[in-house]
Amino acid sequence: MTRTARLCTASAAAILALAVVGLVVGDFPVSARSAIATAIWDRGGEFDFVINTLRFPRVVVAVLAGICLAVSGALFQALIDNPLVSPDIIGIDTGAAACAVAILAIGLDTRWLPYAAFAGAVGTAGLIFVLSWRRGFSGGRLVLVGIGINALLTAVITYLLVRFPIERVSAAARWQAGTLSSSSWSDARTLVIGLAVLLPVAFLLIRRLRVMQLGDDMALALGVGLERSRLAVITVGCGLAAVVVAVVGPLGFVALLVPHVARAMAGTLSGGVLLLTALLGAVMLLSADLVAQRLFAPTVLPAGVVTAAAGGPYLLFVLRRFNRAA
Amino acid sequence: MRPDQNPSATLRAERLFADYGGPPVVKDLTAEIPTGEITAIVGANASGKSTLLRALARLLRATEGAVYLDGADICRLPTRSVAARLGLLPQSPRAPDGVLVEDLVRRGRYPHQRLFSQWSKTDDLAVEQALELTGLVEMRQRAVDELSGGQRQRAWIAMALAQDAPMMLLDEPTTFLDIAHQVEMLDLLARLNQTENRTVVMVLHDLNQACRYASHIIALADGRIEAAGRPTEVVTAELIERVFGLKVSVISCPVTDTPLCIPYRHNY
Repeated sequence: MTRTARLCTASAAAILALAVVGLVVGDFPVSARSAIATAIWDRGGEFDFVINTLRFPRVVVAVLAGICLAVSGALFQALIDNPLVSPDIIGIDTGAAACAVAILAIGLDTRWLPYAAFAGAVGTAGLIFVLSWRRGFSGGRLVLVGIGINALLTAVITYLLVRFPIERVSAAARWQAGTLSSSSWSDARTLVIGLAVLLPVAFLLIRRLRVMQLGDDMALALGVGLERSRLAVITVGCGLAAVVVAVVGPLGFVALLVPHVARAMAGTLSGGVLLLTALLGAVMLLSADLVAQRLFAPTVLPAGVVTAAAGGPYLLFVLRRFNRAA
Repeated sequence: MRPDQNPSATLRAERLFADYGGPPVVKDLTAEIPTGEITAIVGANASGKSTLLRALARLLRATEGAVYLDGADICRLPTRSVAARLGLLPQSPRAPDGVLVEDLVRRGRYPHQRLFSQWSKTDDLAVEQALELTGLVEMRQRAVDELSGGQRQRAWIAMALAQDAPMMLLDEPTTFLDIAHQVEMLDLLARLNQTENRTVVMVLHDLNQACRYASHIIALADGRIEAAGRPTEVVTAELIERVFGLKVSVISCPVTDTPLCIPYRHNY
């Protein structure tokens, strides 16, 4: 078995173990045995509500959202050849949040929130792409435009929060922190659909990305159609981020960090490394959510707070190493 | 030779104009690359050498005229089918952080792979051959950024070899190498030309190396061809003065009998 295959197996095992922990821990004590039984074959038993309505969907959503975010981050970092890029940094999440806050501010019901967030994410991606297009396309320009848009949209959100009555927009403030605590089976279904469409495309794009990493000239010389490939990578990367932000809200740092960890463990991009990235994404989000639930129990933190608290220091560490190398 | 290898390819430029969005850099240039030989493109700085090479490799679209690969306009051919016939090594290619030699070489197989196809035996064979020809078999698991300049350049050549194109274009393959590694690199290219019958086209700064290794020289001045042909026939003191504005004495190289240009001293 290759090193990457071993790491993938270990990550899959970690996901299973963390999932069981996710089913077991909580305010209501359930033994591991009955938790697994209730989740898999003995549905409708004594613990049905706790397990199958509260905990199991939450675990599944954490796994799926973690996969989406990590793969999205890996695609962006390979495309732009910059380890400090991810969909949340170029404003995709902020675009979703701005749209979500806007519809709450004008008084629409929270049930429209996922749709608004999705539209906001896709719209922002489109805007960044159009604004950074100048006789072709450069990754560096995309990042700069994205960071600018991110700042602009943050201002819009602040304005909306200040301008509109607090009762309306407070739901938005909570959603903005990125929480898994109200995850349902319908959220999981949305994520499955998104992954079913986008993940295979992401894997098919790997060969191309591996060549694109050698620079524009080399990629052209090896027969990669650059503009089309970039559009495809950005579409898939933004799509994955948009689905997550629609379902669980903006979750920072997962997309940024996990690809780093995968690269440090298994090397430069390949199909195997992307698989490892996906699995590690699930591991990270599952762990973050468990910490968020239990650290100050019974007070439950949003998972986004934990990913940011863990991610910030790691980002500083990466920056330090990056500067030393340059 | 393996079945997927193209036996040969022909390349020529006809009334070619190329620019970078400003004034033309290559002007009304017609040239034929002799198949199976080594061609060196020489000329002063900013004479259009690299621009010509980029246009020949379809990295730069001709504003007028065209480049023809096997008789077809290179910009109209599917880019992958061009990639299977024409390899390119840019001046300073970029390797992803921490990439291993073998992984880099494997990426050269891209034009031969289809969307859903698996990595094949032919792919493996091509990578093995490329590593052997460049003497990198022992270093396959080393990171490219840890290699010396000469080894790194060989790794890139190996990647271009794995691409299996019968014609290779190289933009100043000896830059940043010391003289021993320059000779090693050029000897390697000469060997590939002889044993594998690959057509080599390269931009070279060193005139004497160009004369020594190329059987065909294209001398550019201000985006136009000043002379083209066998070094022994075209390289004269008069040509060098026209192309470089430098007075030289041309003698016969004591080692290879090719022209050797010795500059006179300028008196300031």
